[in-house]
Amino acid sequence: MAETLRFALVSPERELYSGDVEQVDAPGVEGEFGVLPRHAPFMTTLKSGVVRIREAGGVTAVFVRGGFADVTPDGLTILAEEAVRLADVDVSRLEQQIGDLRADASDPGDEARRGRAAERLKYLEALRAALPA
Amino acid sequence: MPSLKDLRLRIASVKSTQKITKAMQMVAAAKLKRAQEAAEAARPYAQRMASVIANLAKGASAAGGPRLIAGTGRDDVHLLVVMTSERGLCGGFNTNIVKLARSEIRRLRDAGKTVKILTIGKKGADALKRQYGPMIVGHIDLRGERVMNGDVAARVAGAVTDRFEAGEFDVATLVFARFKNVLTQVPTALQLIPAKAPDDAPTVDLGGARYIYEPSEAAILETLLPRYLSTQILSALLETQAGFSGAQMTAMDNATRNAGDMIRTLNLRYNRARQAQITKELIEIISGAEAL
Repeated sequence: MAETLRFALVSPERELYSGDVEQVDAPGVEGEFGVLPRHAPFMTTLKSGVVRIREAGGVTAVFVRGGFADVTPDGLTILAEEAVRLADVDVSRLEQQIGDLRADASDPGDEARRGRAAERLKYLEALRAALPA
Repeated sequence: MPSLKDLRLRIASVKSTQKITKAMQMVAAAKLKRAQEAAEAARPYAQRMASVIANLAKGASAAGGPRLIAGTGRDDVHLLVVMTSERGLCGGFNTNIVKLARSEIRRLRDAGKTVKILTIGKKGADALKRQYGPMIVGHIDLRGERVMNGDVAARVAGAVTDRFEAGEFDVATLVFARFKNVLTQVPTALQLIPAKAPDDAPTVDLGGARYIYEPSEAAILETLLPRYLSTQILSALLETQAGFSGAQMTAMDNATRNAGDMIRTLNLRYNRARQAQITKELIEIISGAEAL
């Protein structure tokens, strides 16, 4: 059996993944990177994107919105600001939310609300782009 | 000796009180379940965050680091952030937090420090206003917030960091109640600024290797520290909410039980009085008949 590294993916709401895996690919601010067992200590901020977790049973893809990755000899920890498994995303609901937000983002009334909607929209559109059509 | 009617009225009033406390207890129990789940779900993130900070702090040189972790270099003005609930009827929950806050204030003042207070939650504000009114520099109202989430925590964290950036204080400490279980909430003082990793946070032996930072150590610390602060505040908010529901549930459970005891005693007295009256009437009838 291949060597494994300990991996945990947590968001403020819950712990999405915790266990031993073979490899993790993550979107760092300065480029995507892969982490294999015995990686050198490494810390980076993440941009929004897909984290791919490779283990014996296959690949799990999780979409994260920003956060931090911390690689130590012990393993890898990803602290995501927001995270969702791609397999759990309901495409039709997501598209409806995007539609609603587009309307909000062009709403001339409330400046603060428009800014919030635009930010949220960027995240959801990135999430939509990560999904197979 | 109260009349039969008085007793009847009292029993009815205690019964309706009992209904209210019983309802409040059930509402608190339902809220507790949700609050407890939220508090527990947030714990892994806070713990991981703490150990990341602990790793960083070990590597980062304290003097050159950002002010949130290095401090202002002084220790004169302290800000106490006192977090309590918005509502009462929860036994000693808020009293215990305020008691800890008072002893912290006294300790700091005896040491010759200036103390400022920022209150979160109405109950603590009310209790501290009487004694330390002039020292209270602000109050954050959470009555409008239905759920404690990252946005609320960010608002509180923002209020604290803005004051720090403005040089209003050197050290910030958060006083709140940690949720241990339904019956026990432990009042805790937690230092927020300068950021300090908890002593029990696991750190990792790097085996002599050096961390690689991307984009840079300073940039990471700059984004990580405010997040650490709001994470800590969020978990404190969640713990407060869970603790409050737990305390309220316990208090209302006791109140319901006390009301039950009271109803039993009153019923006994009522029945005795009724029996005594019947006996008296019988005696009157019988002695009247005998006299004939």
